[in-house]
Amino acid sequence: MDTSIAVSGLVKNFGRVRALDGLDLTVRTGEVHGFLGPNGAGKSTAIRVLLGLLRADAGAARLLGGDPWRDAVALHRRLAYVPGDVTLWPNLSGGEVIDLLGRLRGGLDPARRAELLDAFELDPRKKGRAYSKGNRQKVGLVAALASDVELLILDEPTSGLDPLMEEVFQHWVRQAKREGRTVLLSSHILAEVEALCDRVTIIRNGQAVESGTLADLRHLQRTSVDVELAGPPGGLADLPGVHDVRVEGNRIRFDVDTPALDAALRHLTGIGVRSLTCQPPTLEQLFLRHYEGAGR
Amino acid sequence: MSAALAGTGGLVRLALRRDRILLPLWVLLIAVLPMTYASTFAGLYPSQAERAGYVAGTAGNPSIVALLGPIYGDSVGALAVQRSGMLLLIVALISLLTVIRHTRTEEEAGRRELLGATALGRHAGLTAALLLTYAADLLLGLLAAAGLVTVDLPVAGALAFGAALTVAGWVFASIGGLAAQLTTGAGSARGIGLAVLGLAFVLRLAGDAAEAGGGSGWLSWLSPLGWVERVRAFADERWWVLLPGLALTALAAAVAYPISARRDLGAGILPPRSGPAVAAPWLASPLALAWRLHRGLLLGWAVGATALGAILGSVADAAGRAVGDNPQLAEIMARLGGTAALSDAYLAGVMTIVGLAIAGYGVQAALRTRVEETAGRAEPVLAGAVGRTRWLAGHLLLAVAGPVVALAVGGVATGLTYGLATGDVSGQVPRLLGAALVQVPAVWVLTGLAVLLFGALPRAAGASWAALAGCFLLGQLGAVLELGQWALDLSPFTHIPRLPGGEVTVLPLLMLTVVAGVFAGAGVVAFRRRDVPVT
Repeated sequence: MDTSIAVSGLVKNFGRVRALDGLDLTVRTGEVHGFLGPNGAGKSTAIRVLLGLLRADAGAARLLGGDPWRDAVALHRRLAYVPGDVTLWPNLSGGEVIDLLGRLRGGLDPARRAELLDAFELDPRKKGRAYSKGNRQKVGLVAALASDVELLILDEPTSGLDPLMEEVFQHWVRQAKREGRTVLLSSHILAEVEALCDRVTIIRNGQAVESGTLADLRHLQRTSVDVELAGPPGGLADLPGVHDVRVEGNRIRFDVDTPALDAALRHLTGIGVRSLTCQPPTLEQLFLRHYEGAGR
Repeated sequence: MSAALAGTGGLVRLALRRDRILLPLWVLLIAVLPMTYASTFAGLYPSQAERAGYVAGTAGNPSIVALLGPIYGDSVGALAVQRSGMLLLIVALISLLTVIRHTRTEEEAGRRELLGATALGRHAGLTAALLLTYAADLLLGLLAAAGLVTVDLPVAGALAFGAALTVAGWVFASIGGLAAQLTTGAGSARGIGLAVLGLAFVLRLAGDAAEAGGGSGWLSWLSPLGWVERVRAFADERWWVLLPGLALTALAAAVAYPISARRDLGAGILPPRSGPAVAAPWLASPLALAWRLHRGLLLGWAVGATALGAILGSVADAAGRAVGDNPQLAEIMARLGGTAALSDAYLAGVMTIVGLAIAGYGVQAALRTRVEETAGRAEPVLAGAVGRTRWLAGHLLLAVAGPVVALAVGGVATGLTYGLATGDVSGQVPRLLGAALVQVPAVWVLTGLAVLLFGALPRAAGASWAALAGCFLLGQLGAVLELGQWALDLSPFTHIPRLPGGEVTVLPLLMLTVVAGVFAGAGVVAFRRRDVPVT
């Protein structure tokens, strides 16, 4: 089985609000898949459908080869989930919650549990009500990462963690990937996505607007070029794929579609290049283009 | 001080906005009851002789006095005031819970922090909660007094009883404000407040019962609930008795403020305890988790039922004997089956009240499911290898079995104290255990209703409390308002045989159990099909 999650045309309505509007999502087994989108785009709704908590109104969803609603119990033995806002029972200690959640999905590895507690610097003796937001999140992460499961579903798991703990988190996700686990990581932190994810799906208004590897997505974007030439730019602006040419004396700035970069550079070297800076599209630009207008 | 109070007005408005339905509802509901009682008594016993007979035969009986409070005189007003005695306890309870809800609950939920970062004084939260509750209690007292005046009772007595209601609320509002400063959890703050209120009720009950039986009522003078009824509304009002209540109101608030000022946000005075680093081996299933979440509730209700049963049982014999002192009544009683029959009638009435109280436990336990869902704590459990039915069954089992346990210990405690007083422990314990357990099917109907609402209409699950309040009101007012039998039949408690002393009929008990089972079963089926969470 090479796909862990296969979702197509998924629709979910809450009254008159359409939270998912024909969502497609494919997560290959063994990959870390980034799931991105602005607030309210439908990420958590999609995850809850995959967990069999919400019932889809239309479309198909397969999880680890099973039906997320019908086979929920059997499937949940093979996955672990961390919600974006972990809430704990006020009178249970963090250690008790970790053990309980682990046992409810079929046990966890005590050695790994101890290792994770140490790495995340979490005191398991505190009662649920005494933890800060970040520490509640750690409780959820330790419970999930200490479980021996095939699939990790993480819904903005690092909200409230400090940068040091972010490092620890990334280390353990890579570890999980090395062990052959599949990870669906919903996130807002672009650096985290860039560092961890093999492929990403960007969702907006309940639909997937982009899906592929980061390299693929970058490829669709433009590179910014800032160049100082020996002479006038000539017909640069007329080359295919070149946009927004701004000329200040000998200094020229423009954007170019990545496939047209080669032709543009040939043109420039023909004139004579004195200095050159090329900037690949940043992830921020990539995402902002998709996020903008999402709040219509 | 003015900086410490900055923003109080805004918080009061916020609290009013949040309580816009609940607050007017309880104020109005409680305020109209004394007036209703007064007009009923005026209709039932128009002449003074009839009222004197009622006082000698019923109202002055130690068991009635224990439940409702002492009777001062035989005027319509005095009768109405005694009948309204339970309202003092209810006002105190609601005031206590309201203050805690607007202070510690807010803080525990983290909403207080959101507001604390705005231009909000250190004392604003506590002050707003107290002001809101004080004002509601004052309004309630004034409305109740106005109501009594409209049914042609003297203004002084009406004001005195209104003041008693207000002061009862104020004392426990302040105690709630103090309890909210002590612990980090709203649950334990409520526990402390309820323990104080329970103690006050027990002291008043024991003192009043002793006084009605011819002994000394000094125990009542230790209880704020005892003070307020000793204002003697409609019987040569003693206004000064309001002073200790006002003093305690001020004192509790005065202690609460410095604690509130000194402690950190979110912290209490009593330190939070740490828990085990590793879960006990048994904590491995939804049922085990449910047990862990419900056991405090069960313990609290079992202790409460035991205390209530023991006290009510201990005065049951005095109830019979007080009648025995009156030769004419004793003769009537002897023909009806002896003074034991009166004690039995009293105990049967008591058991209905215990049953209603325990139904509150059943509803509360069943609605833990809804609390878990809305707090987001059902989701991680259901994301484990736990089916919907298994998760719900854990809570349901405790909501079904817990009330049975509480009723059983309550019944045994009643039987023990009544048996000790009559020298018949071995006979009375099983009788009263039976009288308590016969309430179980009615309790289950309300539990089942809560499960049904949780499954089918989760947003309306709180309506189970309205159903319980409806049963309480039907039992209290149904006969007084001369409602038809069909209305009384709506309450499952109407169908419960009156034990001890009455006849046991199995069919209604079976039917109620079937109704409860159908409710709960339908609730489970609906829950299996719906989205989680519905918020």
